[in-house]
Amino acid sequence: MTTNTAETKQEHGMSDAGYIRIAIILAAITGLEVSTYYVDFGVLFLPALLIMMVIKFVMVVSYFMHLKFDNKIFSFLFYAGLVLAVGVYAAFLATFKFFIQ
Amino acid sequence: MAIIERPAPTVPAIVTPTSTYGLLKRPVSTTGWRSWVFTVDHKKLGIMYAATAMFFFIVGGVEALLIRLQLAAPNGKVLNADLYNQMFTMHATTMVFLFVMPMAAGFANYFVPLQIGARDVAFPRLNAFGFWAFLFGGIFLNLAWFLGGAADGGWFMYAPNSGPVFSPSHGVDFWALGLQITGIASLTGAINLIITVLNMRAPGMTLMKMPIFTWMITVVQFLLLFAVPVITVALFLLSFQRNFGAQFFDVAAGADPLLWQHLFWIFGHPEVYILILPSFGIVSEVLPVFSRKPLFGYPFVVFSGAAIGFVGWGVWAHHMFASGLGPVSVAVFSLTTMAIAVPTGVKIINWTLTMWGGKLWFTTAMKFAIGLIVLFTVGGLSGVTHAVAPSDTQQTDTYYIVAHFHYVLFGGAVLGIFSGFYYWWPKVFGKMLNEKIGSWNFWLMVIGLNMTFGPMHILGLQGQPRRMYQWTEARAGEGFFNLAFWNLVASIGSFILSVGILMFLINVVVTARNPKKAPLDPWNARSLEWMTSNPPKEHNFDVIPTVHHLDEFFHQKFEEDEATHTMKQVRTAEEIMAEQERNADKHIHMPSPSYWPIVLAFGLPIITFGLIYSHLISVVGGVIVLFAAYGWALESSTAPDSDFETNTPGTGLDKVGANHD
Amino acid sequence: MTDVAHDHASSTGISNVKLGMWAFLGSECLLFGGLISTYMLYRGRVSGGPRPSQIFDIPFTSVSSFVLLMSSLTMVLAVSAAHKEDDRKTNLWLTVTALLGATFVGGQVYEFTAFYKEGLGFSTSLFGSSFYTLTGFHGVHVTVGIIMLMSLVGILKRSSVPGKKAEVVEMIGLYWHFVDIVWIIIFTLVYLIPV
Ligand code: HEM
Ligand SMILES: [Cu+2]
Repeated sequence: MTTNTAETKQEHGMSDAGYIRIAIILAAITGLEVSTYYVDFGVLFLPALLIMMVIKFVMVVSYFMHLKFDNKIFSFLFYAGLVLAVGVYAAFLATFKFFIQ
Repeated sequence: MAIIERPAPTVPAIVTPTSTYGLLKRPVSTTGWRSWVFTVDHKKLGIMYAATAMFFFIVGGVEALLIRLQLAAPNGKVLNADLYNQMFTMHATTMVFLFVMPMAAGFANYFVPLQIGARDVAFPRLNAFGFWAFLFGGIFLNLAWFLGGAADGGWFMYAPNSGPVFSPSHGVDFWALGLQITGIASLTGAINLIITVLNMRAPGMTLMKMPIFTWMITVVQFLLLFAVPVITVALFLLSFQRNFGAQFFDVAAGADPLLWQHLFWIFGHPEVYILILPSFGIVSEVLPVFSRKPLFGYPFVVFSGAAIGFVGWGVWAHHMFASGLGPVSVAVFSLTTMAIAVPTGVKIINWTLTMWGGKLWFTTAMKFAIGLIVLFTVGGLSGVTHAVAPSDTQQTDTYYIVAHFHYVLFGGAVLGIFSGFYYWWPKVFGKMLNEKIGSWNFWLMVIGLNMTFGPMHILGLQGQPRRMYQWTEARAGEGFFNLAFWNLVASIGSFILSVGILMFLINVVVTARNPKKAPLDPWNARSLEWMTSNPPKEHNFDVIPTVHHLDEFFHQKFEEDEATHTMKQVRTAEEIMAEQERNADKHIHMPSPSYWPIVLAFGLPIITFGLIYSHLISVVGGVIVLFAAYGWALESSTAPDSDFETNTPGTGLDKVGANHD
Repeated sequence: MTDVAHDHASSTGISNVKLGMWAFLGSECLLFGGLISTYMLYRGRVSGGPRPSQIFDIPFTSVSSFVLLMSSLTMVLAVSAAHKEDDRKTNLWLTVTALLGATFVGGQVYEFTAFYKEGLGFSTSLFGSSFYTLTGFHGVHVTVGIIMLMSLVGILKRSSVPGKKAEVVEMIGLYWHFVDIVWIIIFTLVYLIPV
């Protein structure tokens, strides 16, 4: 049993304290995101929001969902779907001239 | 720990299977209808998929014959305009979603585990659920015929014609919700087979030693995994509009009808590869076996299959060239479409070179495979003419398109399926299909097919529109290219084609009546599914094979002669089989039958039925689904030993391999 | 839950269920992608009804987004406790996660009611239809997650869960986090970018 727990710990590579740290960072980024509603970010507004969104997304996937530490097949299955979705739907919106409005 | 060889007990024994809710005893019958309805065995499910698909093939075929009867002569009176619309819509829907896709699922279910040396799929209960969801979805789709008329908007159901204003009957509701259910079946099936292939290959079977059929099926499952959710979205939007007053395709409210077209074809183009790749996989097995040569350029066939699967996502708008996409989009999608012809061409070259210099053996399976190469190429060539957007603008919505897709679907997908029938029949049923009837089957189908769909090229180029319910003498024209003559030829052809298909059904009956058993390895085959008995035992293999080569079975039978550098037979299939039986695994854990897959699947059409008629019914369906889901979650996949009466230690029955014939 | 059909080790050495879950989540990307794209296409088409920026209550939604984000933390703590075979803590964190999820869904119900009162019905405009469809789909996903969490708590108490307990917790965790990341995207694209 003890070896077993040691093993699983290794596999997931993070302690509870680590998770809490991640959560604090996520909360901070969320705070920053919401602040764009009150403070004018000018031209940076859209890129900043999108970058923060991506960072949060990747952090949850990598740490909370362990993708960073797990077998690469999981990453393949998930990111294949994600990349395909982004690519296909971006092209789809592009045919509606969504990005040059 | 259920064991395998469970002969029906001569003395009724007291059985106390575990139960889930304290009242429902786990089904353990190995004979009778229960052994089919509650089965989780991938082989039984494969047969059930294929048999159901065959039934729908006949339904779709009868619909096609009615269409051709109507068009055989001017002013057809067989169908009125309304029924005609329902007929071609349901014909296509049935052929695509209820025949070719589930037939491929049947082949995949049966042969993928055998080809990778596994004893079952990764999720056996999910597998059973998939079959039942497909069956119930298919029935649900066809219920509309009896409840006010079937869907009539064509198989791609363009908006806004599919909206409540232009399609007031419940047909489109049944269509959208029914496809939603079969979509769930496809999705669960895809997840199941992907994980099976990733995770359950026999030791030594690397991805590049995997049989080519399994490879093509894997590509298809990835396409399904990512394409099904797209049509799921489209169908939800449609249902929400029709049933809950959403506005997605309501042009008056400012909606863009192209939204539907995009979503449908983002799914739809991968879908055409979902239809054709399984058959490509089948002929890639058949051609080497009957050419007595390994598949030429195996890695190229694998990678071109994967490339098709990938590029197939970037071409969807070639179905929309005439919809006002704008010049940039048209140019881009025109180019990607031409590009995708390349990997397809690679495959055709590889098949041809496989036969080149081989000792060809013209069995029926081989004839169908060669038929596929030839006829698919015809369809592929007319396909390239659509890739050229200006030319397509002339062809779109004419019979030229109908000709094209029947050459690729019938000449491609369906001939491949028939090739698979003849090739694998002895594996599945232990008997050989009659070759003489097979020959009639093949030639009548090929002649009928070309007579039916060949003239449609002419009809189309002469301007006969697709989905036209009647034509008149006055507009038929004169001379060699007059519509009247070629329409009649096509209609006669469709009946010859039907007789060809009938030959197959006759062959099945004749074969079933014939007591003669098939030899163990009738074709001198190459891949693992042949390295076991005909039909395979419930646990597939007495010992899980260890794989060293692509075409492992062949390499167990043949070794290279050092002196002459030719392949020399060193062992027979019977010897390999006998050796496996001697070393049979003692205790094999197989998943146990379950009630929950069929119950869960049954809840789905009840929910959708309620969405159309009364939400109260939906609640009932929802309760059934929840009830079954809990039952499912609470029972373990493999029932404990005590569930089976025959598992008395010391009787010898607990030892697989000790007691089979 | 583990449907392993035979006893020899899997080719990759990882569990079928986990692979299956990731494949499913990959597939879900295309589902939500389609719904989000539909919304993006239609968000400005309001047919005289309210515009997004007129009715969105950013402070309120920020709070509920934050609640959902934190439920991911409690979920991951539940998984971690399950791996340590600490049943009491596992149950505790699972329950907290479910409660946070329920708070989020409650917030959504409140929000929908408020929007409806302000004149945005499902059939009011393309914006209305696509907004409710997208966020409704997400809400249903959260609700399914809550049901699974609650059922899991119930089952774990009776300790009759077939298969490895920790793995079941982990699977529901993956689903839960996925629902959370979808909301991360919705929150930015739908709420924070004004139209
Ligand atoms: C039994 C032999 C078959 C015959 C005689 C036949 C005949 C036809 C005809 C005449 C049409 C055109 C109807 C119209 O535009 O008015 C049609 C449409 C169609 N068929 Fe077939 N067909 C056969 C088999 C198949 C198979 C095996 C498939 C697919 C695997 C298929 C897929 C389709 C599709 C997708 C359409 C388009 C329907 C639409 O316009 O929405 N057919 N068929
Ligand atoms: Cu296409």
